[in-house]
Amino acid sequence: MTTLAVRRTPLPLPLIVGLATAAWIVAWFANQPVADWLVFDVLRLEQGSQVGETMAFFLEDAPKVLLLLTGIVTIVSFLRSFVSPVRVRNALSGRGVLPGSVAAAGFGVITPFCSCSAVPLFIGFVEAGVPLGVTFAFLVASPMVNEVAIVLLWGLSGPGITAAYIGAGLVVAIVSGLIIGRLGLERYVEDYVWKVRARSAVVEIRPTMDERVRDAWRSTVDIIRRVWPFVVVGIAIGALIHGLVPTDLVVAIGGKDNPLAVPALVALGVPLYSNAAGTIPIVEALLGKGLPLGSALAFMMAVTALSLPEMVILRRVMKPQLLAVFVTVVATGILLVGYGFNIFLT
Amino acid sequence: MKTIEVLGHGCNNCKRLEANARKAVTSTEVEAEIRHITDDAEIMTYGILSTPGLVIDGSVVSYGRVPSAGDIATWLRGG
Repeated sequence: MTTLAVRRTPLPLPLIVGLATAAWIVAWFANQPVADWLVFDVLRLEQGSQVGETMAFFLEDAPKVLLLLTGIVTIVSFLRSFVSPVRVRNALSGRGVLPGSVAAAGFGVITPFCSCSAVPLFIGFVEAGVPLGVTFAFLVASPMVNEVAIVLLWGLSGPGITAAYIGAGLVVAIVSGLIIGRLGLERYVEDYVWKVRARSAVVEIRPTMDERVRDAWRSTVDIIRRVWPFVVVGIAIGALIHGLVPTDLVVAIGGKDNPLAVPALVALGVPLYSNAAGTIPIVEALLGKGLPLGSALAFMMAVTALSLPEMVILRRVMKPQLLAVFVTVVATGILLVGYGFNIFLT
Repeated sequence: MKTIEVLGHGCNNCKRLEANARKAVTSTEVEAEIRHITDDAEIMTYGILSTPGLVIDGSVVSYGRVPSAGDIATWLRGG
């Protein structure tokens, strides 16, 4: 009981949220002046010089992106606590394959996805009669169009490229869902999945407002703690590429005249899983050096949508044949996006 | 004697949940056994769609989030 006695009185929640918001706004507006002051007054680097500009770019962009991440991820996590997977499942179970896949891809964007929840989600969807194709549309969209990738893209590359990424990602998810649905691969789902029956219907547990805010903040801290080193290193490498790498080289290797560029980038993206935070700043720098948009999008999609750890987890509910189809379909979709953008956008 | 079951595959959140459950048991001095369930088929019999899940004496009290040790303590005392 002593633990209760020493518990400090918490500040009222609205006050904490208000203070945090104020601190965020101050940091946002102080970022650029502070970075400039550090580079040009404290370090006495020359304005307009190569080193000075690279340094200023890094010191402005790294805090900017981390601030954006903290703010947006908190808000998204909070809003997400209102979207219950149970309701998503119920909304999907009564639909045909096309509207279902479209809806599933959309839901995939807003529902939390951590690869450790992939198995219960998969089984729960299948058990409730959500068609296999629709379930796959969800599984593809969920990791690909996630808030960390979107914030980084938006913060570094602007809304145009972000929209292209989200749009292409949704199309890949929907088409993958439609194709897998058509193939009738139900027999390649692990047999026990079909036998699982919940002993009781899921009780909907609605967290209190207090819990929602606390959970959102805690998961944000968790995410930031995991990704910040990648963000910082990624932006540092990006800054160096801005300054050092010659444009001709990037165009020669990654340009549309090299037909192997897209598949090579996709293959490179698979082992870089969970490093969206580190790869996007580098991709952004390469875009500035003439890497075509299609190659860049294909690479980023491979980083987020195709990952070894996720495949290992999905193997628990899918037989190898189904897993192979899944990977082939998604990889083909990503390749088509890459080539498509490279051919039609230049 | 209460039974506490932590449902999940040993990802970070599941470990944090198990740690919180242990803290709650210690602070409330309720006699309880903690089991960590990692088998997918068994997890799914509870009908949850997102892990980690927390089950006390056979009923699901939370899923998809990591409740604090304080929350768990309240549930342990509550019934």
